Amino acid sequence: MAGKPQIPNLAEIWNDIKSGKIISDISKSVTESQVWTSSFRHGYADTPRNRVLQIVSNVWLHLHPVKIHRHALRIKFTWCMGGITFLMFLVTVVTGVVLMFYYRPVGEYAYFDMKYLQYDVPFGMLMRNMHRWAAHSMVITVWLHMLRVFLTGSYKPPREFNWVIGVFLVTFTLLLSFTGYLLPWDQLAMWAVTVGTNMARGTPFLGHEGPFAEFVGVTSRYDARSVLLGGSLVGPPALLRFYVLHCILIPLVAGALMIVHFWRIRKDGGISGPL
Amino acid sequence: MAAPAKKKVEVVPEKLHVWPYLVRLEFLCAIIVMVLLTVWSITIDAPLEEAANPSKTPNPSKAPWYFLGLQDILVYFDPWFAGVIAPVLIIVGLMLIPYLDVNPKGNGYYTYTERKAAIWIYSFGFLVLWISLIIMGVFLRGPGWNLFMPWEYWDPHKVVALTNVDLPYAFGFRDYVWSSIFGGAVIIGYFAIGTAAYFVLERKAIKNVGFMRMFLKINLFLIMVGIVIKIVLRLGFNIKYVWVTPWFNI
Repeated sequence: MAGKPQIPNLAEIWNDIKSGKIISDISKSVTESQVWTSSFRHGYADTPRNRVLQIVSNVWLHLHPVKIHRHALRIKFTWCMGGITFLMFLVTVVTGVVLMFYYRPVGEYAYFDMKYLQYDVPFGMLMRNMHRWAAHSMVITVWLHMLRVFLTGSYKPPREFNWVIGVFLVTFTLLLSFTGYLLPWDQLAMWAVTVGTNMARGTPFLGHEGPFAEFVGVTSRYDARSVLLGGSLVGPPALLRFYVLHCILIPLVAGALMIVHFWRIRKDGGISGPL
Repeated sequence: MAAPAKKKVEVVPEKLHVWPYLVRLEFLCAIIVMVLLTVWSITIDAPLEEAANPSKTPNPSKAPWYFLGLQDILVYFDPWFAGVIAPVLIIVGLMLIPYLDVNPKGNGYYTYTERKAAIWIYSFGFLVLWISLIIMGVFLRGPGWNLFMPWEYWDPHKVVALTNVDLPYAFGFRDYVWSSIFGGAVIIGYFAIGTAAYFVLERKAIKNVGFMRMFLKINLFLIMVGIVIKIVLRLGFNIKYVWVTPWFNI
């Protein structure tokens, strides 16, 4: 009887459902399909081999070593602060991209885009809050991470260089937060950044109010501060400059340094511990 | 199943698989932090004040909170130091820590007794000069950057007598040139005597530690202590500048 479709036997299907065979049948056909086997490079059964493969064959996890010392798992030792700092960075990246869809770094629009974000965009206020609080948290956690690394003496050989990278990362964390501080384009933003960037006036040689400026010939329109602001006060050019620094330049540099930072942890023999 | 009690005593392996032992910890930590952050973001809104207005300066104008330690140093130092040199010295000084601290002990574990000086200096710089000045800047600095206790009204017309004088003036110098020479002598003398005293006290270490390391270490330390001395001089003795020159004042 070729060509005649087979009528499913309902009793048999019911039996399969009751015995749970249908689940294993489906999961078998899924995990043995070409799509599945080409996507996942190892089984999931809890075998030592799979535990290793979970790490080394996964691009997101392969920064980890396959095995670590027991002491490296102690929360009391690490405070989890480095990881939380990185998590906060990821949160600001994701929420930041969402905010970029609605925000224009232009003097005429910026503040009203903020209002639009807060009152009209679905979840706009939540995205903005998460972005800001994650940024503030990142500043605090990166300081605590640094304190922990100091108190455990983890900057000592062979990890000196990674500490230096870490100091760069602390600096870039502060600069990321500072450049973002201007973007709401409200009074708080403008005057905080005015106070902050006014310091550049005092740069020796390069700021127009700094020591020895008269020997260089810098003016208020052309000195260290005006390079930062694109003018002699915090105006629309400064807004655009800070936006580009905040969204492109500093995240790229900080991201590159993070890769080096994480890679060096591995190369320097994993996280520090008593020998 | 033979002897479960004995199995407990058996040594746990020194090295463990990252999957699952570390990854599950990271995952759990991430979930907890994300829950906290989400609750925080739902309950407390980020501030948004009125639109930026370059002709309306708020009083006080404060930098972002994490820079308020530096802004507070502005009371005691000119912007070229408080706003430029001090941050650069902090960054460079932090980077130099692993190269200046040659104490091999305390590498990878918590210890106070094996590295007392290092922990004292770092904690003082971080907790006192950085964190406590931030707390003061956020909560106690009001209009005119004057100090207000939390229960005090932020009176923008608070009158604070400006009775500060320069250190040479307090010592009786009235001539500009001689004042400048005296001030310079005080500053240079402070660093010279401090450095010399350190080298004499630690003369046995020079061979092992090296001249450059010890020189950088003591001078960075003297700068940090110098900031504290300047704060004490201002608050306790109304001293404005120690050294006045035509180009810069300290």
